Amino acid sequence: MDIDLILRVYPFFLKAALVTIQLSVLTVALGLLCGSLGAAARLSRSWGLRLIGATYVSVIRGTPALIQLFILYFGGPQIGIQLDAFEAGVIGLGVNIGAYMTETIRGAIVAVDKGQTEAARTLGLSRSETMRKVILPQAARLMIRPLGVNINAQIKGTALVAAISVVELTYTAQRYIGSTYKPFEMFLLAGAIYMVIIHVTGLGVSWLDRRARIT
Amino acid sequence: MTEKPFIDIRHAAKSYGALEVLKDISLQVQKGQIVAIIGPSGSGKSTLLRAINDLDPLTSGEVWLEDMLVNKPLSPRQYERHINQMRQQIGMVFQHFNLFPHLTVRGNITLAPKMLKKLSDAEANALAERQLAHVGMLDRIDYYPSQLSGGQKQRVAIARALAMEPKVMLFDEVTSALDPELVEEVNLAMKKLAEEHMTMIIVTHEMGFAQDVCDRVLFMDQGVVVEEGPPEVIFRAPKHERTRNFLRKHLQGNAQ
Ligand SMILES: Nc1ncnc2c1ncn2[C@@H]1O[C@H](COP(=O)(O)OP(=O)(O)OP(=O)(O)O)[C@@H](O)[C@H]1O
Ligand SMILES: [Mg+2]
Repeated sequence: MDIDLILRVYPFFLKAALVTIQLSVLTVALGLLCGSLGAAARLSRSWGLRLIGATYVSVIRGTPALIQLFILYFGGPQIGIQLDAFEAGVIGLGVNIGAYMTETIRGAIVAVDKGQTEAARTLGLSRSETMRKVILPQAARLMIRPLGVNINAQIKGTALVAAISVVELTYTAQRYIGSTYKPFEMFLLAGAIYMVIIHVTGLGVSWLDRRARIT
Repeated sequence: MTEKPFIDIRHAAKSYGALEVLKDISLQVQKGQIVAIIGPSGSGKSTLLRAINDLDPLTSGEVWLEDMLVNKPLSPRQYERHINQMRQQIGMVFQHFNLFPHLTVRGNITLAPKMLKKLSDAEANALAERQLAHVGMLDRIDYYPSQLSGGQKQRVAIARALAMEPKVMLFDEVTSALDPELVEEVNLAMKKLAEEHMTMIIVTHEMGFAQDVCDRVLFMDQGVVVEEGPPEVIFRAPKHERTRNFLRKHLQGNAQ
C-alpha cells in the first residue's frame, strides 16, 4: 500500500469531504421537510392528500435513486428544468430520502399510544392541539433513532451524485485513480472518511436520543 | 321528584357491524347523583360511558347534558368546535391513566386549562396546586408520571380531569389496573368527590365501593340494562336471575 501517496492526496480528499458533508446536510434538511409534509399528507383526513402522500412514497421507494437523479439532471432540461449538478443532487436525493422519512415520521406518530389522544380529546383539546401538544412531542422522541438510520443511509447515498459529476468524495477518488492508477488506496481513503462522518453523526444521534429519553 | 335530568341518554344504540353492543339504552342521571354501572366483561359498560362524551359515537340515540345535545349532528367543522366545548364539561378518567409522559404532573394538569381557558401561568399553577392538594398529591407536582406509582398516577389523572371544572365525571374501571394495596387511595379521592356532590358515573368491578358510594346501581348484560335500583336493592335483593348469577361470582371473596 502506498502510504506516501495517501499522505500526499488526503488534503484534497478532505476538501471533497466538505462537499459530501454539505450535500448530506442539505439533503437531510430537504428530506426532513418532505418527510414532515409527506407524513402530514399520509395522516390527513382528506383522501386526496392521503393519495398524494401514498403515491409519493411508493413511486420514490419503488425506483432506484440513481434513476431519479438521472431523470432530474439529464431529463430535466427536456421539460424545462435546468439545474446544475449540485442542485440536482440536493433536490433529487432530498426528495428521495424524504419518502423514507415520511414513513419514519408517520410510524412514530402512529406508535404513540391511542390513550394519549383519547385523554387529550376528552379534556377538550382539538385534533390539532392534541397533535401539537401531546402526540408530536412524544413522537419526536420515538423518531430520533429511525431518522438516524435514514440519515446514515443518506450520507452513504450522497456517493450517487458522483454519477452526475458532482465533485464530492467518491468522484474525487475516481479522479485521483485516473491519474495515479491506485484504486485500492484511493477508495480506501474515501471509505475511511465516509466512516468518520457516519460515526460522528451516529454519536450525535445517540446523544440526542439519550437526551430526549423521557425521564 | 321529577327534576329535569342532568344527563339524559335517550335510546342509545351502538353496533359494530352485526354486533349490537348497546341495545336501546335510556338513562337519566340527576345533578349530584352517583351512578355505578356493573356487569360482565363485554356487556357494553365502557361503550356506554364513552358515548357520553362521544368518544365512541352512538349508532343512534341522543346524549343530553342539561339542555345541550352532546352528539349533535353537525358539519365536521362545527362538530369539532361543539364537541370540544362539551368535553370540557365532562371529565373522564381511564383504567390506564393516560397521563402525558412528556409532561410533569404540573404540566399534565395545566395543559388544558392554559390552552382552552386561557389561564395565565400563575392562575394555572394555583389551580394545579389546589387540585393536587385535593387528591393528596401536591408534593409530587414536579415529578414525571413515570416516577409515580399506579395509585398516584390515577389520582393525578383525577386532578387533571377536575382542573377543567367539569359538570360530571366519568370513571371507567379506574382501579382495575392497580395493585390491590393502591386501590384504596384512589377510592378515597373518589369518595371525597362524592361528598362534594359531584355528578358521577362509575363503571366498576368493585361491588363494595359501588355499595358504599353510589346512589344507584345499573346492572348491564349483553348491551341492555337488565336491572337498576339503589345499591341495597341491587346487592341484597336483585330481581333478575342474571343479576343474581353475576353477583354470586363477584361478591365471593369480598363477602358482605
Ligand atoms: N372497536 C370495536 N370494534 C368491534 N367491537 C368492539 C369494539 N369496541 C368494543 N367492541 C365490543 O363491544 C362489546 C362491549 O365492549 P365494552 O368495552 O363496552 O365492554 P365492557 O362492558 O366495558 O367490558 P369490560 O368489563 O371488559 O371492560 C364487546 O363485545 C367488545 O368486544
Ligand atoms: Mg370496559
